Amino acid sequence: MTTDAATPTTVPTDSPATPMPDDVVLQVDHLVVEFRSGRQRVQAVTDISFTVKKGETLGLVGESGCGKTTTGRALVQVQRATSGTVRFNGQDLTKLSGKALRETRTKMQMIFQDPISSLNPRRRIRDIVSEPLAIWGIGSRAEREERVRSMLDSVGIDPDTAGDRRPQEFSGGQCQRISIARALMANPSLLICDEPVSALDVSVQAQILNLLADLKEEFGLTMVFIAHDLAVVKNVSDRVAVMYLGKLVEVTGSDELYRSPAHPYTEALMASIPEPDPEHQSAHKALTGELPSPLNPPSGCRFRTRCPYAQPRCTDEEPPLREIAPGHQVACHFPLIKTPVSMASSPA
Amino acid sequence: MSDRHAGAVMEKTLEFPDVTDFADPLLVVKDLHTSFRTGRGTVHAVDGVSLSVNRGTTLGVVGESGSGKTVLARSIMGLLPSRDVIRSGSVQFTGHEMTTLAPAQLRQVWGAQMSMIFQDPMTALNPVVRIGHQITDSLRLHLDMDRKEANTTAVELLRSVGIPSPEERIRWYPFQLSGGMRQRVMIAIALACAPRLVLADEPTTGLDVSVQAQILDLLQAMQRERHMAVILVTHDLGVVAKRADEIAVMYAGRIVERAPTRTLFAHTRMPYTRALMNSIPRLADPSGTRLLAIGGRPPDLIHPPQGCRFAPRCPYVQDKCRELEPPLRTAASSDHVFACWFPLVDGAPGVPTDVGTAPVPELDPETPPS
Repeated sequence: MTTDAATPTTVPTDSPATPMPDDVVLQVDHLVVEFRSGRQRVQAVTDISFTVKKGETLGLVGESGCGKTTTGRALVQVQRATSGTVRFNGQDLTKLSGKALRETRTKMQMIFQDPISSLNPRRRIRDIVSEPLAIWGIGSRAEREERVRSMLDSVGIDPDTAGDRRPQEFSGGQCQRISIARALMANPSLLICDEPVSALDVSVQAQILNLLADLKEEFGLTMVFIAHDLAVVKNVSDRVAVMYLGKLVEVTGSDELYRSPAHPYTEALMASIPEPDPEHQSAHKALTGELPSPLNPPSGCRFRTRCPYAQPRCTDEEPPLREIAPGHQVACHFPLIKTPVSMASSPA
Repeated sequence: MSDRHAGAVMEKTLEFPDVTDFADPLLVVKDLHTSFRTGRGTVHAVDGVSLSVNRGTTLGVVGESGSGKTVLARSIMGLLPSRDVIRSGSVQFTGHEMTTLAPAQLRQVWGAQMSMIFQDPMTALNPVVRIGHQITDSLRLHLDMDRKEANTTAVELLRSVGIPSPEERIRWYPFQLSGGMRQRVMIAIALACAPRLVLADEPTTGLDVSVQAQILDLLQAMQRERHMAVILVTHDLGVVAKRADEIAVMYAGRIVERAPTRTLFAHTRMPYTRALMNSIPRLADPSGTRLLAIGGRPPDLIHPPQGCRFAPRCPYVQDKCRELEPPLRTAASSDHVFACWFPLVDGAPGVPTDVGTAPVPELDPETPPS
């Protein structure tokens, strides 16, 4: 895509060989993931680029089927990219395989949506959590045990009573805590959370979100947080990338996104959030319809079929992701921000 | 439209005359108890719940997992396992005592007078039966329609719940539909025979926020059109905030606070209700705002704690709370009840600043959203 080369910190340039600034942990350039569907090919992720800085949390938000999970999986190379690069601490993961890839992956861990099915039901909690150490032969048996105890303690699970039990004896929230403990055992620097709270009650969701914030502080983590609920994503993220049908439509700081959403899709997503306040009146109309099929995406702007502001130009011409204010990128011909100059003064 | 269905009538056929007095409550639940015998002991899932629902209104039932809200809905419906269940109390529905009905009589009620929308549309729909057939089933049974008539009605129903090209989709199987579409089919099935009461048990929990808003709007529109009563069961106060006329908050098998929606939000008395409100991340809060999570978990319903059941997790707990169980008592307005020894007063810690003082908008709660 055509991007502005004058702003190298947030916008990757066309050249895949751009050196990564020191504080960038993850740099994704022109990532494309294709699946085969019968004789057709479907692009789940279409040419997306973003960076994540050290210690930052990037939120990736969008509806089911927009490709956010595929993106998360492509970051850790569980799903191989069709083209594009994923560079982690300067190393292009798409070129790695075998042992080198497995070794790198210890530094980037993933937490999944369904906490119960992501734990082996037949194994004890103690063994599940110490597995990463066992695989890499880190520490003696006693050292591993000690580390499991302290990690379970960090995530709020009592190691004495829980260690010998199995996943089915725990609630969804507790299983998610155990998954988080397992993910942190190998001392990762990057944590990719794929809808970690959407299967949980709001009360448990709040506990897990607070826990993730604490652990991020304690272990100095960088995070990619994938979810469909913009309120949740905004709470945990420093920056938010909004995804629609395989493409990024808006990337900016999370408070900025709330203050002045520039893409009509972002605005509609916000209006869909159920506010716990009977007096609250959303200024915007919630989304209608469903995501079009990625097998046959709409021409021009992919959101135009559901966009309340669509114009003829949106059908003919695809809007590139461009910067409208420092650190605020949007892919729309008619962004909703009327005065980008005044926005420039607010910190991204 | 006669409700009498063809075939042998094994039990006395129930009569559901058209009602003219709409002030008469549709459903009255009195001191309902449902317990399950398990290997570990008796689980008191619903432990003395009383409520009533008027015709055409929505009652929101809110609580965490394990608060007994799903069992309450199933107890009202009479959808409980036949073994290892202990139940008492009364469920009066249009004057009929549901708890003593024979299975054959219950089948006359289910679908026709009272129906349920389940949380997981994939497991609630039969995966090997075309969706059209799953809708026409109840039409043919309860409304005595022939195949052709039932098919036409099913197409209309699918169209009314927002499924595009319903003539074609009627021949589809559930796996061919997205989660949101499946939930629309579930709603079409539940509404097929124009029931008077719909119990929606977490109808949008597995869905995206954008689809959730659409499904809830749809349910609300259908409700107004058909003047149905709805019991909307959810863990998220945000879901019922603008859709329920009245909200009952459940905790550990009991109702701990019940009030008209506006009153509940503006004059919350029970600390648990406030805690549920506070645990929801708000879009207006700056990023990184620490959520006021409720520590701990709901109590074990085999051995519920003595005194107030929320006491172990309550930030304002006093000695009295641990010893004596607070009864449900009436607040300033008579339709607001709560169970707490030391209720919150307006402006108590944790009250969002603008809720109590916000001007009452001219919007009538009965008006559908535009």
